[in-house]
Amino acid sequence: MSFNMFVQHLFNAITLGSLYGLVAIGYTMVYGILRLINFAHGDIFMLGAYFMFFGTVTFNLPWGIAAVIAVAASSVCGVFVDRIAFRPLRDAPRISALISAIGVSFLIENLSLVLFTGLPRQVIQPEWMVKIITIGEIRILPLAIVVPVIAFTLVLGLLWIVYRTKPGLAMRAISKDIETTRLMGVSVDKIIALAFGLGSALAAASGIMWALRYPQIHPFMGVFPGFKAFIAAVFGGIGSIQGAMIGGMLLGLIEIMIIAFFPSLSGYRDAFAFILLIVILLMKPTGLMGEKLEDKI
Amino acid sequence: MLKIDSLHVYYGGIHAVKGITIEIPRGKIVTLIGANGAGKSSTIRAIAGLVKHVQGHIAFTGRDGKETELTGKTPETMVKLGIAMSPEGRRILPHLTVEENLRLGAYIRTDEDGIVSDIDMVYSLFPRLRERSWQRGGTLSGGEQQMLAVGRALMSRPDLIMLDEPSLGLAPLLVKEVFDIIRQINSEGKTVLLVEQNAFAALKVADYAYILEVGNVVLEGTGEQLLSDSRVKAAYLGG
Repeated sequence: MSFNMFVQHLFNAITLGSLYGLVAIGYTMVYGILRLINFAHGDIFMLGAYFMFFGTVTFNLPWGIAAVIAVAASSVCGVFVDRIAFRPLRDAPRISALISAIGVSFLIENLSLVLFTGLPRQVIQPEWMVKIITIGEIRILPLAIVVPVIAFTLVLGLLWIVYRTKPGLAMRAISKDIETTRLMGVSVDKIIALAFGLGSALAAASGIMWALRYPQIHPFMGVFPGFKAFIAAVFGGIGSIQGAMIGGMLLGLIEIMIIAFFPSLSGYRDAFAFILLIVILLMKPTGLMGEKLEDKI
Repeated sequence: MLKIDSLHVYYGGIHAVKGITIEIPRGKIVTLIGANGAGKSSTIRAIAGLVKHVQGHIAFTGRDGKETELTGKTPETMVKLGIAMSPEGRRILPHLTVEENLRLGAYIRTDEDGIVSDIDMVYSLFPRLRERSWQRGGTLSGGEQQMLAVGRALMSRPDLIMLDEPSLGLAPLLVKEVFDIIRQINSEGKTVLLVEQNAFAALKVADYAYILEVGNVVLEGTGEQLLSDSRVKAAYLGG
């Protein structure tokens, strides 16, 4: 493989990796606080893409405005999911919330199938994003630069909220000790809702950029990216935001590079992530940056 | 300032507190003493709003003279009314720095200047915390964690501070230090509700004390009275 080809693959890997990473952060945040794997998270990713589609195609909005609205709307959906599916189960055994998560996931997917139909839709890509630019011998899509830049900006913004603001302090506190945090006068349900809102916003941003990069969208488009982002979160160490982003990046890199170097394996593309999951769970279940887990689902 | 009237607390089928009546006058140190399972912690947790199944009345009178019923309210309401609690086992957040732990204690406040000056106030009360302000809570010793827990409770500027077993697991010298601090906090105008197993030390600082056994108040009186009571001596003060 030529160096130029390698660089192109690298750009693809970083794009895919940042998209996985953004979704992985939502899994990790919710898990860090509630010790719950929110299986409906991948569906928020899908909703983000659909809201973008409706914004740009149905309402003819400029893509930037449509994207902001889509992110906000998906964020509200994420908070709503917590409110109806998880909050009533806060004191219930954790397995109940897990089952609820699976139920919500099926509900969103099938409701979308009814409302949006199963026809794959085409998202409009802004022309400048997909006009290949050539640097020397290297040909890349502007999207492959835009996506990682937006992704990293969003992650930095999230880290700022988590480490530099008062709600962020409360969020870090409840991830260790909900009762004590409550004793300090923190309204825990509001902070949990905020975590769902932020996680869903990032998932939606990822879904929107995914739809720009791979323009076909359908109601089940969130399933596989959702699984893979979950794997990325476990890989990076579930509970760690930085870990989720690193896990996403590495998973993107592994997927793209294995196919690049061994094109004959491309049929097994989706299998790599799951093999990786099994290997991590066997070798280092706490992931790259994870803390000690007391008990897992 | 706080009147508890025939309070019952149930914990998953266990009747932990069986109709106790307690009064905490403003500016005083009141202590609840008793063995494990006597219902001390359940009482304090009921005041804080941490337990669900509570019957009876908990009436809090704030500085403005307004009376609020606390049963069925959340911890958030409690803190906003001017009550703070340092829970049993200190429960310092181990991954947050000392300063972040204190800031969490001031969560309901928005006066940044006041918070900064109160952090300074806590540091002058506990100089060792100032040296460790950037250290994670989990790296502190037991005594330092207890000081941080008390400091954190002070950060909401409470009128009433509830301390659940502040001397638990501390070396005798530190126990003395903790009780000195309790006295000092009280002399600065805060009402203190102290839950303790260390009956001798608690009775010595307390203005008034209640002795609990299996969910009932079996004896009450001023600290001095109880210290010289033969039944108390036999059961709690080692003869």
